[in-house]
Amino acid sequence: MAPADVARYQVSPETGKPLRPRPWWGRARFPRQPLARHLVLALLGAVVLYFVTSALSPYNNVLVGEIALYLIALAGLSLLTGTTGQISLGQGAFMAVGAYTVALLMTHTHMNFVLELLAAIGAAATLGLLVGISATRLKGPYLAGATLLLALALPPIADKWSTTFGGDQGLTTIVPTAPGGINPEEWLAWIELAGALITLVLLANLLTSRFGRSFRAVRDNEVAASLSGVHVARTKVTAFAVSAGCAGLAGAFLGLSTGVVSTGEFPLTLSIELLAAMVLAGAGSLFGMWWGAILLVYVPQWSTSVSGDFGLGAGTSAYLATIIFGVVLIVVMIAAPSGIQGGLRWLWEHVSKQWSISRDERAAPRHATHFPPSAADHQPNLVHDPLNE
Amino acid sequence: MLEVRELSVTYGAVSALRSVSFRAQEGEITAVLGANGAGKTTLLRAISGLAKPKSGSVHFDGRELLGNSVEDIARRGVAHVPEGRGIIEELTVEDNLHVATLWCTPRGRRQAAIEATFELFPRLSGFRHRHASTLSGGERQMLVLGRALITRPRLLLLDEPSLGLAPLVIAQLMTLLVDQTSGSDMTVVLVEQNARSALSVARRAIVLNLGQVVADDLAPTLAVNTELRRHYLGF
Repeated sequence: MAPADVARYQVSPETGKPLRPRPWWGRARFPRQPLARHLVLALLGAVVLYFVTSALSPYNNVLVGEIALYLIALAGLSLLTGTTGQISLGQGAFMAVGAYTVALLMTHTHMNFVLELLAAIGAAATLGLLVGISATRLKGPYLAGATLLLALALPPIADKWSTTFGGDQGLTTIVPTAPGGINPEEWLAWIELAGALITLVLLANLLTSRFGRSFRAVRDNEVAASLSGVHVARTKVTAFAVSAGCAGLAGAFLGLSTGVVSTGEFPLTLSIELLAAMVLAGAGSLFGMWWGAILLVYVPQWSTSVSGDFGLGAGTSAYLATIIFGVVLIVVMIAAPSGIQGGLRWLWEHVSKQWSISRDERAAPRHATHFPPSAADHQPNLVHDPLNE
Repeated sequence: MLEVRELSVTYGAVSALRSVSFRAQEGEITAVLGANGAGKTTLLRAISGLAKPKSGSVHFDGRELLGNSVEDIARRGVAHVPEGRGIIEELTVEDNLHVATLWCTPRGRRQAAIEATFELFPRLSGFRHRHASTLSGGERQMLVLGRALITRPRLLLLDEPSLGLAPLVIAQLMTLLVDQTSGSDMTVVLVEQNARSALSVARRAIVLNLGQVVADDLAPTLAVNTELRRHYLGF
C-alpha cells in the first residue's frame, strides 16, 4: 500500500470515522453510466465554449470553428488508427466526399441543413465501408499505401466531371442564416462545435461499448481476438466506416467554413497533416485530439505572423508552417512518445502523486495506527487447488 | 464428438500433416503427443481454422468445421488456447474475459460469468483492472484458459499449456482440467511436449511423428509401451 493510501484510510480510534473527511469537491462524482458521464462532460464543455466564443472576435470564431471541424476528423482517425490499429492516409479524401455531398445538395436541392449533414456523413461512411472491405487483408504500410491512392484519385475524378463538381472554381456552400443578433461567424462556430461535441460523445460511448473492446482486441492481437469470437474483418470495416463518417462531417463543415468546395481544399498534404496531428496529440485518446486540432489551425497562423515579423517572403512563409509542425512533432515524440495527451497524463499522475504524498505526510497524526484490512492480507491461492481442500 | 479424417496441411512445399485421422470423445481428454515439428500445433490450428488444410475433414457434433472462419468456429463452441498464451495485452484482465463473452453470454449474465471465472482462478481476481501485459507467465496461462472456459466450450483445444510453467503450477492446471472435463459434455484435445504429464490426465492419446499418426490408443496402454516411449516420447 502506498504511503498516500495509508494516510487516506486512517480513522479515529475513538469514533472509528475517517480523520480527514473528503471535501465537497471530493464527494462530487460524475455519473457512472458512460453515456450519462459523457453527456455531462459535453454539457460542461458546451457552456465553457459558449462563453469563449461570445468573447472572441469574428475572425477568432472562424478559427475556433476550424478547430472543431479538425477535431471531428482527428477523432475519427484516432478511432481508426489509435484504437483499431489501421493506418489511413485517406482521411482528406473522405472529407472531400462529405464536402462535395453537402455542396451538391445545397446546389441542387432545398433539403434541411441537418439532413444535408447526415447525407455527408452517410456518403463518406459508405465509401469508408467499401474501402474498409477491400482493406481488411491489408496491414500497416500496405494499408497506408492503398488509402493514399484514394487521396490521390479523388481530385482527378472531380476534375474529370467538372460540370458536376465545379472544376477548379468548385461549388459554393451557404451557411444557414443565423438567428437574429448573432453574427454569422459565431453562429457557424457554434454549429461546428455542436457537431464536434456530439461526435465526441458518440465516439466515447462507442469506445466504452462492446465495439470499443473489440476494436482494441483487434489492434492488439488479431489471432487472439478471432479465437475469442470477435469478427476481425467486420470490426475493421466498422471502424473504417465510422472514421470515414466523421471525416465526412468534418469535410462538410470545412466546405461551409471556406464557402467553396474545390479539390484545392483537400490536397494530399491534408491527409498527412491529419495523421501527423493525430500522432502528435496522442493516438487513441479522443480528448487529446483537441491538441492536434489546435496545432493544425494555429501553426499556420503563427508561421504567418513569424514570417511577417522577420520580413520573410511569401514562399518561405508557406513552408514555415510545415517546418514548425515537423519540429514540434520531433520534439514531442522524443519528450512524450505517447503524444501530448499521454505526456500531460503522465505529468499529472506524477505531480498529483508527489503532492498527495507530501500532503499526507504533513497531515498524518502520529497516534493513528489503525488500518483497515488490505487485499494483500487475504492473498488468494495461485489457482483453485482441489488437492488442498 | 470430434472426428478428424485424412487431414493434410502443407506450408508451401513442406507437409506439416499427412492424412491424420483420429477421434476425441465427449467428457474425455485426448492427448496429442510428439516431438518438435511433429505437427501437433498445426493439427489444432487446422481444427480451429487458423491453418487451411489441403484436404480432409473435421467433423464436430456431426457438422463440418473446415471452410468456416476462425470466428465462426469459435462461435460454434470451439475454444482454442494457442501456444504462447494469446492474451490481448492492451486490455485489462477483466476485459479479456469480457470480450470472450460478447457473443455467447447475454448482457445481464456477463458479469456473473466473469466472477465465476475469477472464482476458478482467484489469483486473477486481484488483477482484474490491470493490463494483461503485466501478468506473469502462469497468470497469463490462467487468463487464457479462463477466457476459453468462460465461453462454456464444447470442444477445448489446448496447445502446450504447461510450457514454461513451474511443476507445481502444471499439476494444478492439469487437476483443474480433469475437474472441468469429467462429467461434462466438453471434449478436450491436449497437445503436450510433457508426455508424462499429459498421459496422466488423458483417456486416449495419439502420437504424431513427421505429420503422421504413429500410435493411437488408450493413454495407460501408451504409457507402458517402452519402445514408443523411447522412440517418440522421451521418457
